[in-house]
Amino acid sequence: MADKDIIIKLEHLSKRYEGKEVLHDINLYIRKGEFLTLLGPSGCGKSTTLRLIAGFLQPDEGRVLLSGKDMTGIPPYRRPLNTVFQRYALFPHLDVYDNVAFGLKLQGLPEDKIDAKVRKALKMVTLTDYEDRDVESLSGGQQQRVAIARAIVNQPKVLLLDEPLAALDRKMRADMQIELRDMHKKLGITFIYVTHDQEEALTLSDTIVVMDEGRIQQIGTPADIYNEPVNSFVANFIGESNIFNGTMVKDRLVSFIGHDFPCVDSGFGEQTPVDVVVRPEDVVVDKDPSAGQFSGKVTSCIFKGVHYEMLLDTDSGNEIMIQNYLAFEPGTTVGMSIPPDGIQVMKKERLRNTFEGEISSPETVDFLGATFNVGHTPFEPGTKVRVEVEFSGVNLLDDLEAGELEGEVHSILYKGDHYHLTVCTPDGDKIYVDTDDVWDKGDLVGIEIAPKDIKIKEADDD
Amino acid sequence: MRKLLAQSYLWLLLLILYSPIVIIAIFSFTEAKVMGNWSGLSFGLYSNLFNGQVSGALVRAIENTLSIGVLAALLSTILGSIAAVGIFNLKGWKKKSITFLNDIPMLNPDIITGISLFILFVAVGARQGYVTVLLAHVSFCTPYVVLSVMPKLRQMNPNTYEAALDLGATPSQALRKVIFPQIWPGVISGFILAFTLSIDDFAVTLFTKGNQGLETLSTYIYADARKGGLTPELRPLMTIIFLTVLLLLVIINIRNSRLTKRNK
Repeated sequence: MADKDIIIKLEHLSKRYEGKEVLHDINLYIRKGEFLTLLGPSGCGKSTTLRLIAGFLQPDEGRVLLSGKDMTGIPPYRRPLNTVFQRYALFPHLDVYDNVAFGLKLQGLPEDKIDAKVRKALKMVTLTDYEDRDVESLSGGQQQRVAIARAIVNQPKVLLLDEPLAALDRKMRADMQIELRDMHKKLGITFIYVTHDQEEALTLSDTIVVMDEGRIQQIGTPADIYNEPVNSFVANFIGESNIFNGTMVKDRLVSFIGHDFPCVDSGFGEQTPVDVVVRPEDVVVDKDPSAGQFSGKVTSCIFKGVHYEMLLDTDSGNEIMIQNYLAFEPGTTVGMSIPPDGIQVMKKERLRNTFEGEISSPETVDFLGATFNVGHTPFEPGTKVRVEVEFSGVNLLDDLEAGELEGEVHSILYKGDHYHLTVCTPDGDKIYVDTDDVWDKGDLVGIEIAPKDIKIKEADDD
Repeated sequence: MRKLLAQSYLWLLLLILYSPIVIIAIFSFTEAKVMGNWSGLSFGLYSNLFNGQVSGALVRAIENTLSIGVLAALLSTILGSIAAVGIFNLKGWKKKSITFLNDIPMLNPDIITGISLFILFVAVGARQGYVTVLLAHVSFCTPYVVLSVMPKLRQMNPNTYEAALDLGATPSQALRKVIFPQIWPGVISGFILAFTLSIDDFAVTLFTKGNQGLETLSTYIYADARKGGLTPELRPLMTIIFLTVLLLLVIINIRNSRLTKRNK
């Protein structure tokens, strides 16, 4: 990659808000003319990244390079970028024309030049003849078009779009997506697009950057991201997917839902725990239950327009979602197989919870800002220790007071026969929990860990 | 029947509220020296008022009232608008506590504001007169300006300031070309409010005007009434002041309702 093709480079960007890290060591380069999307759930740091590029925020660490020039300390009004905001942020005291002309007038261009440029920009967003309209009399879609015209009229090197379609209705959004795509081709400038809508990202982008918890999870083309998610978060966030706990038996053979499957992955070692992702459309179904690699009983079947979406209980007691052009009635038993290239094997991010803790008495250990009973510990009080808790060793309780501490369910992953939850404590720490119970995102729970499930080890010396 | 009762209740209330003013207005059209006596319809008092038939002290009081009103309104509008922008951009407990501190002077009884200002001016050794009255008026008008500008800031899209910077405006250009035009209606309302509060004030003025002979209309009338009956020319004057304030209030209300309609 020649450096001159790179228009924006983010180097080790970190940002904290009130002591909480919202961005952690972001490294990214963006090519000239690229349509790049920052994709992730709310609070993942995508908007913060955009605001750092625009200059509304300054990073705590790292820097933003624009055409090779360090932007540190350069205010937004001296950066050759323009932003389209989620809620348009038009100037209500100015009409459509003056909104679009705002930037040009500040540059001090002559009237006739401004006039020509404004009319061209309004034509681009199909708002010719709207010049004198009051911006507040326009519909949401029209207001967003004005916002886009106001930004592109300045011919920025990069156009930043912060969830520009989020406030529009579904039909309007689909139309605007096509228009944005066309506009990107016509203008030839770099677009950096922020969204939480994976479909939008897949439709529009040349490159998608998937973010979660302030970190980049994966960078790739829409096809890469969809077909080869690097971890269970990406797999779950992009499209529909079945995620199972599995074991890599050896190279090109993985075991999950009670069966061994040939796969295309290798290099994980032998008998290694892994996450396995199977897209619903990659499961091959046969009405003969003995055909295929495993069998299952259909529990529900919903018509989705192009295909049927079915849930099945497999012979090993896991739930699997499949999509097929054929419908199978609930109650029928079918045979299924998964071709090797339909199986995506991913390294597990973690196998158990590990916390830093401190022995507080012969019978208790402090970690996660709470005190836990462990029955007996050989360590002296005051010793720093490493605490390990299996995912299944954490109990979640309805009664907030009943546990040793409280938490909020942050994300949920269904793994075929159980749920894998991420629970945030009030201090912002995370506990990972395997459970059969159904919780909702945002539920407040009491967290309890039985003494036998708390393993204490000597702290690492690093 | 119920409707009739509700109607008459309303009229009774209005009568109680407005009868004192109406009585003054009625008796401004007769020349009788003592309030309550009717010596026939006459515009004499009005013509006396405008033909210089009143004492120089009253004229000076009117001039003081108006000039202090305009200056106090101007200064507190500038201070209050800037303060409102500052408070608006604060976060968390700081914003809450400053907003709370801004509310206290409005609830504080005038007499206490007056006495504390008096003590303050004495303590710092300020010579009390025109300037101290003006400062006192600025101090009690400013919170009202803050209060009338704040809602306009809150109505603003939080991204508009950033949008202006993004389009190449420096912070001061953004303030002048984008923020200020949007809060302008609140600033105007604040100015009118401050002006009416200032010309209306008695208690605070009484304690801060010193003993160098400075009088505003309210303190003049008070002194005049205690000396032995109201000067008859004050009756048309009060009627005119009442009508002026009424007019200002009507203007504020029409402006506000028009703006809310536009925002919908």
